[in-house]
Amino acid sequence: MTETVKFHFTVDGENFTMAGQASVAVKKNLRQLGISPEIIRRVSIAMYEGEINMVIHAGGGEADVFVYENMIEIVLTDNGPGIANVELAMQEGFSTAPDQIRSLGFGAGMGLPNMKKHTDFMGIDTKLGKGTKITMRVNF
Amino acid sequence: MTVEKLKEKLMLDAVVVPDSNREITGCYIGDLLSWVMGAAKTGDIWITIMSNINIVAVATLCDTACILLAEGVLVDEEVKQAAQERKINILSSKKSAYTLSTEIAELLV
Repeated sequence: MTETVKFHFTVDGENFTMAGQASVAVKKNLRQLGISPEIIRRVSIAMYEGEINMVIHAGGGEADVFVYENMIEIVLTDNGPGIANVELAMQEGFSTAPDQIRSLGFGAGMGLPNMKKHTDFMGIDTKLGKGTKITMRVNF
Repeated sequence: MTVEKLKEKLMLDAVVVPDSNREITGCYIGDLLSWVMGAAKTGDIWITIMSNINIVAVATLCDTACILLAEGVLVDEEVKQAAQERKINILSSKKSAYTLSTEIAELLV
């Protein structure tokens, strides 16, 4: 498999209102590469949810997007607290987000389920106190 | 129906309309942003009372045709600027989401 294009972003954990910049940039870049709108939509929504999660829970992190011939891979890495119970976190409606985040319209417990829903593969590698690495793939 | 046409028909207020010819194909109502991202479709007019800057990112990523702020909700200058830059239409109305959606439903038939 040939790796064609790669994007890297640092997600700022301090500024919640700026969250989504990486996803919006990826959306624009993928459009320029001629990727179909439906694939772009899935990739950018999944990535935005991940980005928001890193801002809410982990104080930011790194986002890498790899565009291969038939697949897009998104890798989100943070040095946050880790996810204590992945099974619980994957349940729709479960959230540990603070009230202030909820008042902004997030923290509905839909982030991780949405990421799974919009991708063909999602893997979570998390260690308490160390951080979380999420790998998502969208095939086309 | 285009955003411009809908704005005229329902006498909506223009907050920022950088893409007035955008076609509206459906409608979605919601305030929980992740929920909206999971459910709103490309070309929908998205009715919400949420007004922080993240609505611009959500509309961009979901590729909705327009954000329609219900119940007279106002947005900051920062939101208007971001919407203008990303070519996201924002309209507003004093009516409730329910009233707006019934009026939109008649027009989209």
